[in-house]
Amino acid sequence: MRTIQLLLQKEFLQIIRNKAMLPIIFVMPIMQTMILAFAANYEINNLRLHIVDRDRSAFSRQLTQQLDASERFVVVYYDNAAHLAAQHMQADETDMTIEIPVGFEKDLVSLQNTQVYLGANAINSVKAGVGMNYAASIIADYNTNIRLRSMPIVPAVQTGFLEIAPTEWFNPSRSYKNFFVPGILAVLITVIGSMLASLNIVRERELGTIEQLNVTPIHRYQFIIGKLIPFWIIGLFDLALGLGFAKLVFGLPTAGNMLALFSFAGLFLLAILGFGLFLSTFSETQQQAMFISWFFMLVFLLMGGVFTPIESMPQWAQVLTWLNPVSYMVQVLRLVLLKGSGFTDLWPFFFKMTGFVIALNAFAMLNYRKTT
Amino acid sequence: MKPFLAFVKKELFHILRDRRTLLILFGLPVIQIILFGFAITNEIRDAQIVVLDRANDQTSQEVIQRLTSSGYFKINQHVQTQTEMEAAFRRGDIKMGIVFPPLLNDARMHGGKAQIQIIADASDPNTANTLTAYASAIIRSYQLEKNTAPLPMTIQVENRMTYNPEMRGVYMFVPGVITLILMLVSAMLTSITIAREKETGTMEILLVSPLNPPLIIVGKVIPYMALSFINTLTILWLAKFVFGMPFNGSLSLLLVICLLYIFTALALGILISTKVKTMQAAMMISATGLMMPTVLLSGFIFPIESMPLPLQMVANLLPAKWFNIVIKDIMIKGVGLAFIWKYVIILAGMTIVLLTISIRNFKSRLA
Repeated sequence: MRTIQLLLQKEFLQIIRNKAMLPIIFVMPIMQTMILAFAANYEINNLRLHIVDRDRSAFSRQLTQQLDASERFVVVYYDNAAHLAAQHMQADETDMTIEIPVGFEKDLVSLQNTQVYLGANAINSVKAGVGMNYAASIIADYNTNIRLRSMPIVPAVQTGFLEIAPTEWFNPSRSYKNFFVPGILAVLITVIGSMLASLNIVRERELGTIEQLNVTPIHRYQFIIGKLIPFWIIGLFDLALGLGFAKLVFGLPTAGNMLALFSFAGLFLLAILGFGLFLSTFSETQQQAMFISWFFMLVFLLMGGVFTPIESMPQWAQVLTWLNPVSYMVQVLRLVLLKGSGFTDLWPFFFKMTGFVIALNAFAMLNYRKTT
Repeated sequence: MKPFLAFVKKELFHILRDRRTLLILFGLPVIQIILFGFAITNEIRDAQIVVLDRANDQTSQEVIQRLTSSGYFKINQHVQTQTEMEAAFRRGDIKMGIVFPPLLNDARMHGGKAQIQIIADASDPNTANTLTAYASAIIRSYQLEKNTAPLPMTIQVENRMTYNPEMRGVYMFVPGVITLILMLVSAMLTSITIAREKETGTMEILLVSPLNPPLIIVGKVIPYMALSFINTLTILWLAKFVFGMPFNGSLSLLLVICLLYIFTALALGILISTKVKTMQAAMMISATGLMMPTVLLSGFIFPIESMPLPLQMVANLLPAKWFNIVIKDIMIKGVGLAFIWKYVIILAGMTIVLLTISIRNFKSRLA
């Protein structure tokens, strides 16, 4: 016990003395939360429209006004020049083209049926899809309006018996920060747990100081515990720091049981530190350790449901995410903070994470050789 | 010239001798692009839904059937009460709940009205929007089928998706991953190598050799430039043959731009290495200072135009943002130099500025 205490003292001293580490521990959480909270925004506004109005009728102008009035769209070109539409899009001056054909008004009144053509630059398919949704709903609203104006009483048979009542839960302010900040906090403690810890161990190996430790009466398990505990403490501290900061600055909700959240985070950190130790056994130099942990970080980050939904992935990739501890941490953070979950809701997560802790640490121990 | 060539040769041997690092250098980016290219997508499929069916008759069954056969929704569970529905949301990743009122069939048969409630999890507002739109559209089209008379005065909307008719996510993500990997590999490698020479003290030995300092840096960087370029070719090959990315523009132009971007990244790496004393610091700065901003601000995942102005300005300082625009323009839109010369000048300018600063710094540090 005393040996471990002394080792911990040594490790903490080394971390505090290291000029490069301190900012990473204290400044990084705040910086990342800040930048991400403002950058992470899928909210799509101000799509640039080119409206090609070939009808030039009262109806087509009304429709144009409706589109222009919406904060989703900005009409940058309103003309009759259909031949320029493709050029504007290629030069990245417009995101969408809406073409109102000749006879739009006449057909609507006489034939009861007419068309509008929408074109979108779909390189960013999400943006194009959302833009199309917006435009279609504005056109549908306009459609309902003219229908009501021209025939105030539409028989119920024609409007249908089903009404749809959309409701939204868990994020009334519709803030993206609430969705992404928990995700990024999970990534943050993962970086600290796996990357910093594995680098720290490999550094002793590369500089040769591990040899000196080998000739002291320190046991292998004492050395490892002494290495990992500081990062466990720093990880939890940083989570608290990031959460507190996000709560104060963006009003991040904390609906659920915080004790449950931190217990899970503690468990998760044990698993991730085991993983970091496991990684350190594969590298002789810090450069290798860095690249390997960087690779896993990116995989964890981009395939952990932080930015893109897991259920959209192909089946094989979803199976891979079951093996990704970060995806559980991201889910638990979101569940607790936004949906108010507690211990009773989360026990399956605790159960799985305990499995990760045992498996990853067992692997790491088996692979770890104190002798280099 | 001769000592310089000998020095480059020595550096190259250094790299080639370290098999493990080489494997990591070429293997990891390939694995990454394959993983991400296939796995990262923003398209919505199989969103988990919870159903509270108070009607439990033919109509509600038919609607549920329509929802699940669309491929957008997957039923996670059926619940009996509102409370159970809330609990289901709290226990896992449920994206939507749907509530059918009692006696739907009666409403359908006797011209009544019935309200179907769609509850979306707004934690992720866009997904909530999109899912609500999908579900509403499915219910509406079901309704139109059951209606006897067509609606009067209908405006039909026809959609055309330019450049990406199949709405594939890879058009965004593959260029994004190329941007990210080239930046990180090139910048990290150089900063770490030069920092290592400093930390182990071999830099001083090099400095007293007949080569002058800028040449030492160039000699160290040339092999990595070659490596990064080989990496680029591999990644582009994968983009074409594995992901079916289009190559509508000129391939030679694309390669020249990639080379320019690699230059920029290497210059950034050199700059980092002049600022630090240890390898660890070099790694940390390249990993945290480059990875996050590049992922977040290059326009690879989040649209830059939706960001607040200060962040848009920061994004303008990132080579990754410009490269990402150029590479998409060349590959997908198939435009030539006439369209992208502005971006090329920006990238070239950034490289020159970075190199100038780092060469100055380098001299003053070890003179």
